[in-house]
Amino acid sequence: MVKTKREGSVIFSEYKRGEAIKAALEKKREDILLELRESKVKGRGGAGFPTATKWMVVAASTAEIKYVICNADEGEPGTFKDRVLLVDYPELVFDGMVVAGYTIGASRGIVYLRGEYEYIRKPLEDYLESMRKDNLLGKNILGKEGFDFDISIRMGSGAYVCGEETALIESLEGNRGEARNKPPYPVNTGFFGRPTVVNNVETLAAVSHIVVKGGDWFRQHGTDKSTGSKLFSISGDCELPGVYELPWGTKLSELLTLVGAKNTKAIQVGGASGICLNKTQFDRTLAYEDAATGGSIMIFNGSRNMVHILKNFMEFFVEESCGQCTPCRIGNVKLLEGVKMIESGEYTFDYIEKLMELGRTMQVSSKCGLGQSSPNPFISILENFKDEIFNGNGGYNG
Amino acid sequence: MLILEKNAMTEEIEKLVEKYGPERSSLLPILQDIQRDHKSIPDFAQQEVARLLDIHPVEVFSVISFYSFLNTEPKGKFIVRLCQTITCDIKGKERIAQAIERELGISFGETTKDNKYTLEFANCLGMCDQGPAMLINDMVYANLTPEKAVKILKGVK
Ligand SMILES: Cc1cc2nc3c(=O)[nH]c(=O)nc-3n(C[C@H](O)[C@H](O)[C@H](O)COP(=O)(O)O)c2cc1C
Ligand code: SF4
Ligand code: FES
Repeated sequence: MVKTKREGSVIFSEYKRGEAIKAALEKKREDILLELRESKVKGRGGAGFPTATKWMVVAASTAEIKYVICNADEGEPGTFKDRVLLVDYPELVFDGMVVAGYTIGASRGIVYLRGEYEYIRKPLEDYLESMRKDNLLGKNILGKEGFDFDISIRMGSGAYVCGEETALIESLEGNRGEARNKPPYPVNTGFFGRPTVVNNVETLAAVSHIVVKGGDWFRQHGTDKSTGSKLFSISGDCELPGVYELPWGTKLSELLTLVGAKNTKAIQVGGASGICLNKTQFDRTLAYEDAATGGSIMIFNGSRNMVHILKNFMEFFVEESCGQCTPCRIGNVKLLEGVKMIESGEYTFDYIEKLMELGRTMQVSSKCGLGQSSPNPFISILENFKDEIFNGNGGYNG
Repeated sequence: MLILEKNAMTEEIEKLVEKYGPERSSLLPILQDIQRDHKSIPDFAQQEVARLLDIHPVEVFSVISFYSFLNTEPKGKFIVRLCQTITCDIKGKERIAQAIERELGISFGETTKDNKYTLEFANCLGMCDQGPAMLINDMVYANLTPEKAVKILKGVK
């Protein structure tokens, strides 16, 4: 596969394969954890949990067997940066997994790769093989007595919910990918009931840089609460869609200029499960503390129909709900029906308000992140584009 | 299924179980391999997998029914999955779908009579910056136009 060299301040900065592993093996495990804490790096998979805290819990466990899982399920509509990382920078991701294995005391790593990415599996397998040849994987890695670690790849089979970490683990165990109740969290009871670190592809890539260049260096990028940089997957109505590395804290309006977006009406931040912002909100910044996102940014120009967009998102959730819990299984169907009613003009404002209430109930009562976030586009589009949807053209649009 | 076919299937599944190990956690890799080679996981294969992993056949069926890339009914040699999610949608997925339907004379959700093509929609394929996009079996094709999509389809072997 052809690799593209990219430019960026953190993730796409200089890195040589094996560097992080070498640096880590020269350090004490506690020091790596401290370095991570210094960096204040948070998970890049959407939930934004501090990575150091996650690793510390697993490292502290006395269990004999532990696991490192790289979450490469990348199913959120509008994101593709994990694919780009895996194709162009596999060394960052895999080295990060080895560092995790060393730090928490695991000897096995698993990449859960979405079924849609089957075509990159072979190059990744080949890459792992070359790492084995160079003793970056296998027994006594780089001569470190007693540190054995290897990585295998497991495929998904077309289920978005399997990106949720406990559903992912269910899937690895050979079950339907249905989310578990949390707590317990995977750090305590993960794969086969063992302490397990589950990290996003990009989080692991960030770790590789942090181990080599330090937490201080990492923290110099981004904002106080959102340190480092972020890979954004930009798609939709713009001239230059693609993956961009930008510091956290970048304004949406700056991003629009960068990607050549014109006549922009709406930005969906965070994928289908994210929120949709209108023009008056384009001065908001991309950050965990403001407009948070796992990286998906979808841009819509003035010619797009917001109800059509919303319908597409809700159809997605109706299909992808695992059906285990009622708020999500029934709720998404009801919200989709509501969108169709708006589309055909057969609604009352009373009923729409009831559906908004239903959405807010789903946010707090659904079992996993899917149902907790699926009402986000419904609520944000109907709120932020209210005039266009219900009153535009004298009410004829609705 | 003919006896001969059954024997071949059993042998194949025995090999897979040997390759991945006779554990429950091997279930998905085993099913994925059967799916890839046969484009479906027929009843008999489900029973054999269940027998060799020592689980109930209903468990096997239940897992298959959960994943959209696994199916029990036969499908064509080439499974076409056109992305239906929003960025591909606004970049003209409907036009691509219509062109393909016209050319093959079937609708999405159907398989051609010669069992060569099955048409399906899929959710975001992770190619949103290059939409519209589709998968044909494991291969991805992006920046589609109606003409390009049909040409690719006709060219697959
Ligand atoms: C429905 C759903 C889908 C998810 N999909 C992904 C995914 O594709 N990739 C990912 O890294 N995290 C995904 N997550 C978040 C994971 O549950 C988990 O928080 C993450 O893998 C932790 O890694 P991080 O801390 O490095 O971000 C998803 C969550 C939900 C609720
Ligand atoms: S919220 Fe949805 S996806 Fe999550 S467990 Fe409930 S039904 Fe399944
Ligand atoms: S929306 Fe079609 S590939 Fe993402």
